[in-house]
Amino acid sequence: MKLNKNTFEIIFFARGGQGAKTASELIAHSAVREGKFVKAFPFFGPERSGAPTKMFLRVSDRPIRTQEPVTDPDVVLVLDETVMDSQDVARNLDKHEVLIVNSANSKEEIRKRAPHFEGSIHCIDGNAISTEIIGKPNPNMVLIGHLIKVTEIVALESAGEIFREVFTEKIGKELTEKNIRAMIAGYDSL
Amino acid sequence: MDKKSSKNKTSIKALSGGYAMAEALRQIHPDVMAVYPITPQTTIIETYAKFKADGLVETEIIQVESEHSAMSATIGACSAGARAVTASSSQGLLHMAETLPVVSGLGLPIVMCVSSRALSAPLNIHGEHGDVMAIRDFGWVQIFGEQAQDAYDNTIIALRLAEMAGVPVMPIMDGFHTSHTTERVEVLGDEIIQSFVGQFKPENALLDQKNPITIGTLALQNTYFDFKIDQEKAFLKVKTLYKKICAEYGKISGRKHSLFEEYKTKDADFVIVMMGATAGTAKDAVDVLRAKGKKVGLLKINLFRPFPYKEVGSALAHTKSIAVLDRAMAFGSFPPLYQDIVTSMQSAGSRKHDVASYIYGIGGRDTMQSHIISVFKDLEEGEVSNKIKYLT
Repeated sequence: MKLNKNTFEIIFFARGGQGAKTASELIAHSAVREGKFVKAFPFFGPERSGAPTKMFLRVSDRPIRTQEPVTDPDVVLVLDETVMDSQDVARNLDKHEVLIVNSANSKEEIRKRAPHFEGSIHCIDGNAISTEIIGKPNPNMVLIGHLIKVTEIVALESAGEIFREVFTEKIGKELTEKNIRAMIAGYDSL
Repeated sequence: MDKKSSKNKTSIKALSGGYAMAEALRQIHPDVMAVYPITPQTTIIETYAKFKADGLVETEIIQVESEHSAMSATIGACSAGARAVTASSSQGLLHMAETLPVVSGLGLPIVMCVSSRALSAPLNIHGEHGDVMAIRDFGWVQIFGEQAQDAYDNTIIALRLAEMAGVPVMPIMDGFHTSHTTERVEVLGDEIIQSFVGQFKPENALLDQKNPITIGTLALQNTYFDFKIDQEKAFLKVKTLYKKICAEYGKISGRKHSLFEEYKTKDADFVIVMMGATAGTAKDAVDVLRAKGKKVGLLKINLFRPFPYKEVGSALAHTKSIAVLDRAMAFGSFPPLYQDIVTSMQSAGSRKHDVASYIYGIGGRDTMQSHIISVFKDLEEGEVSNKIKYLT
């Protein structure tokens, strides 16, 4: 599933405050660094901490003009599996496409909650992996790593480089490197 | 995220429209920015406040108690001789409304960055053009843009235009669709922008004690009317200056800005006219239909006030029919852009031209490619209604 079509489209599902915006923007910045074109934007709903949120990300080798929300994604990433109780996250995902879920549950468990979806489901226990590496359940970077592995829309190195540039000053060198290690662990987890 | 700029080289960044406008303002480096940082404000001022906190700008940021005061403080600063800017949106923009004709009447070269959004009631602050349409005839130049790159470019063009023409200018981006969408933006070097905008040399300044002047004088029945006619004459000169500045900006940026953009209109039978972010979706729709052999095109207005009637009229004279897509309600009336296009067709000497009116995207409602295609289908089938249609 490489970036072999004009525009690659991803939807991130999460809850307000879980960092789906940071996650999608890290990919967006990495893609721009690589000379690609992007559009990253949230579903513009009321902003409340804890409410289900959606982020849309388009990445392309050409300028992207459309302002439509993404309705037929190539990959869906779910940062909080409880949003699957109220949202049809696999809508318009076909059998060649991928649903990535941050979950300690098995694929079979998750498939029961997206019964019409025939493509592959990747369950990544981002909470456990991040707790082990970073010291707290902060699954974002683990899931980004995995998304990069699956989609190859940007190089893992680009994302690490951007993260280092932006976050070293904010959170310190040690925590920055731990986050990058968590991303690499996510990349390797399959 | 990765946002550091270079002094004399172009940097490619991923920025939202709001950030892009703030970045342009940082490079312009105004003396004063008066702001009221409460919803429905934009990300422009919080980003700019961060620049100040990080020591990147020396601008005097004045936090005031309302949008009305934000513009009042900007008026005071600009009258005193300072390069002064602000930003606003939605209800805030309308709260400023009383002060906006003061700015244009005084001929103050103030730039206000606007993220255009809906008006209450019911409560909604999502993207549409209702706010900027409400104040469209107040003597402010209004420049619309499509993407974050336009938000950046238009802010720089606006500053130069304001100071050259002696009029206030409003670069406008669609709320959320442009203001909150992260895109690839080419940011020119700081020194390149500083040299492009130059030093602000006010024609008159209250703090210039050697040349005392009166600002905001009384004008009664015998003079007020004449003042206003002069104001209109000065305003009409904006169009020529805008074209000149766009050409100069093109030289340093390599990007073309013009009164309007013609996308595949030259041989088009059916053309959609619109402004702002959704034009991007419409261009994709044009390509889809062109691939099927349909002669369709899009004309996107950039300079909305003063409106380029004659130029638009001649650009559209050859078409069979036109659909105008407005992103604002106009109760009991046809919407603003529609009326301007009908007038444009008359001024081009086209006595009978079929022009249909559509309203889209109100309160942030999504406009899909299928909506645009349905409009072209109407035109092709001769469905040019004399009633407003809603793309819900």
